[in-house]
Amino acid sequence: MSAETLLRILLLFSSLSLLSIGGGNTVLPEMHTKSVVDYHWLTDSQFADVFAISQAAPGPSILIVTLIGYKAGLSAGGELIGIFGALLATAAVVMPAGLLVFFVVQFWEGAKDSNVRRAIEKGFAPLTVGLVLASGYVMSKAADQDWRAYLLTAVCTVIFVFTKVNPLVVVAIAGLLGWLGLV
Amino acid sequence: MSETMRRANPSLLELALTFNHIALASFGGGLSAWSREVIVVEKGWMAEEEFLSAITMCRILPGANQVNLAVFVGAKFRGVLGAIAAVIGLSFVPVVIILGLGYVYFQFHHLPALQSVLRGAAAAAVALTLAMAIKTGRKCLRGAIPLLLFGAIFTMNGLFRWHLLPCLALLAPLSLVWGWPKSDK
Repeated sequence: MSAETLLRILLLFSSLSLLSIGGGNTVLPEMHTKSVVDYHWLTDSQFADVFAISQAAPGPSILIVTLIGYKAGLSAGGELIGIFGALLATAAVVMPAGLLVFFVVQFWEGAKDSNVRRAIEKGFAPLTVGLVLASGYVMSKAADQDWRAYLLTAVCTVIFVFTKVNPLVVVAIAGLLGWLGLV
Repeated sequence: MSETMRRANPSLLELALTFNHIALASFGGGLSAWSREVIVVEKGWMAEEEFLSAITMCRILPGANQVNLAVFVGAKFRGVLGAIAAVIGLSFVPVVIILGLGYVYFQFHHLPALQSVLRGAAAAAVALTLAMAIKTGRKCLRGAIPLLLFGAIFTMNGLFRWHLLPCLALLAPLSLVWGWPKSDK
């Protein structure tokens, strides 16, 4: 039972790793279908909660797979298999795509003075700024639930742009405001 | 801009510790903005343009963007071992933390105080991402063409919520033509 679960974890997350063109979020629907509908590792609302935890917790949000692997192993064979499932899912989602990036970097460093690299570095910069603004915009619609949160985002943005205050201090104070129930 | 880059030669330990620092700072989100804050501003490991093009390449390639960036930066300085060190630095402590949270969640079925703390932190993390767009935009959006490219991809990907690939299929060729070095002689 647990060997089969672990094999499924390995196959699912290593294939999702190579399918996630554009970032981890693009394969969330597929991840949901497999782990909730097909394999019954989690319930629908657990999937939503696990997603929220992985978004907010420190580190890459792809660590949602750590929690899914943990729950899959937990149901199949208890705490120890859970932890093994978590580590297996994490390694499976990192390795295949990571290997691909590694080979691209080899090419990239070899092309230091090429026209292609110059064109990409200059040409992609405005696109990247647009994509960063787009993700800030999309994030703000998910994270800011009322006018107080929007105000907090606006004030923090001004602080980050015009002052040299350590961002960590600002994020911590904002977390404190949340804890006090002010946002 | 890229000529002003300092020579950087981080050790494996420094790569791991730096990505650990980036990951831990990013509670509430905003990992890209934190990466820039540390890699470009604080450490000076990459010039602004090199970093911006790297994050877009990391988005195009399959895989989680932030993991890809760690592989990219680690491999750039220290090859295979550098990539491994950066990825472990980025994910080891977060995996431990998220397993702790997962344990509490599946035992008690909710995480009470955490949710309200994160609501505040997330509002600030969004601000850090917006601030990154403003700060990098001030440097590289000079002239009509870059402004147009920037506006077009923001509209498609942010407002219309188009998938990344069609946006880039339309705009990347234009930006490469614009970015291609003029035969300067």
